[in-house]
Amino acid sequence: MIDTVTNIILLSMLVITALAIVRMDRLFAVVMLSGVFSLLSALLFVTLDAVDVAFTEAAVGAGISTVLLLSTIALTKPVEKRARHTALVPFIVVCVTGAALVYGTLDMPAFGDPNAPALTHVGPEYLARTPVDIDVPNAVTAILGSYRGFDTLGEAAVVFTAGIGVLLLLSGLRRRREDEEEDQA
Amino acid sequence: MSKLLDLQFLAGHAHYLLFIVLMMTGLFIVVDKTNLVKKIVGLNIFQVSVFMFYVSIGKVKGGTAPIFPMDDKYHVDTAAMAGQVYSNPLPHVLILTAIVVGIATTSLGLALIVRIRESFDTIDEEDILAIEQDMTREDNKKHGNAMGGLA
Amino acid sequence: MIYHHLILRVVTKVLVGTIVLFALYVQFHGDFSPGGGFQAGVIMAVAFIIYGIVFGLRNVKRVFPEWLVHKLLALGVLIYAGTGIYSMFMGYDFLDYDALSPAYPTIGQHWGLLIIEFGVGVTVTGVMVAIYYAFAGRPPSISNEDW
Repeated sequence: MIDTVTNIILLSMLVITALAIVRMDRLFAVVMLSGVFSLLSALLFVTLDAVDVAFTEAAVGAGISTVLLLSTIALTKPVEKRARHTALVPFIVVCVTGAALVYGTLDMPAFGDPNAPALTHVGPEYLARTPVDIDVPNAVTAILGSYRGFDTLGEAAVVFTAGIGVLLLLSGLRRRREDEEEDQA
Repeated sequence: MSKLLDLQFLAGHAHYLLFIVLMMTGLFIVVDKTNLVKKIVGLNIFQVSVFMFYVSIGKVKGGTAPIFPMDDKYHVDTAAMAGQVYSNPLPHVLILTAIVVGIATTSLGLALIVRIRESFDTIDEEDILAIEQDMTREDNKKHGNAMGGLA
Repeated sequence: MIYHHLILRVVTKVLVGTIVLFALYVQFHGDFSPGGGFQAGVIMAVAFIIYGIVFGLRNVKRVFPEWLVHKLLALGVLIYAGTGIYSMFMGYDFLDYDALSPAYPTIGQHWGLLIIEFGVGVTVTGVMVAIYYAFAGRPPSISNEDW
């Protein structure tokens, strides 16, 4: 019961933060609020038993992501312009999508139901086999590295590729070469 | 839809409804706001609420975090594990990697915004559209006939 | 570089070492407690980023030069994939860590997790620091008063 109350309070705070982000037009405040959003969601991850995820979200969402957004604002503009179109059409789109998603959740098992399909197949098997096969206390690390090592290799490659993409777009390697060509000409 | 009026049902599904409200707030920012940085923030809100939804599926009532007790020889203590319920660790693994990949791709988007600012001197979608329309009109005036029609 | 913020500079000098130590703890204790390569990589990058914010980009590039960052980007993925290829050469499946210690499979699994988490940590550190260098290396378009 106390779990549910905590979760609902945290979720309400998240919703309030998100609505504040919608209303703000000063981008510095928006970035700070998105940091707050990340920290609140890290708290929610702890109550959902996902301590590793909470750790990552706190480090990534409140740390790196805030720094990157602030450096982007420093390179662009600090204030958002008022939109010239009405918010009516986006609002209708969002309402229709939301209604469809709510309809989709009607068939889902209740929150925390131990007989839910997601909890009865491969998850318990991992939990049962980790002490025998791998003998590592943190089941998340065991699955991440060993049972699902291919996934993680792919994710590391995606992170690597995104890094290369940012370097290509921003690091100025191409500009240097253009300058050299101008010098030669 | 009559299920939504049932209190018992609503208590079990309130989380999902609030996750959807959060998702839709993110989607609204992405669709309605014209500032590109704000769109990225909205995308992040959407992303995080999907993560929370996904992790909440792995939660078991009365369960605890999937980290096992150890004995004094640093092996997993299977005796102490008996009777303890653990939440499903699989969603945690998938979301853990997705968060880091998410920030890497977000930074790619931010880098694109910086380049757009350098080319157009604005990060407002409507302004960029107006500039591009002007450019097309100029092109049509100059090369329209040579290209065999308006672009 | 922030010349006038004395408190920030002193606190940063104390913090950077602690953050690096914490990152190494999260990296190598990830098998036993929450943590692992992804988190440790981000925390390690934060140490360099905070140093860069307070002492300036030029100084942090003297500590962690750009060419080294670019090498680390690729090195991490290579360590990870190399572990898989080693296990293939030993006659096991790709990324089957039993190959690292055939007589005691669980010890092999421990080594495998440690090595690949280290690879992930190296890549994530490299990517995050490289992204920060790329963003911070551009001339800002707004002045301090505009914030």
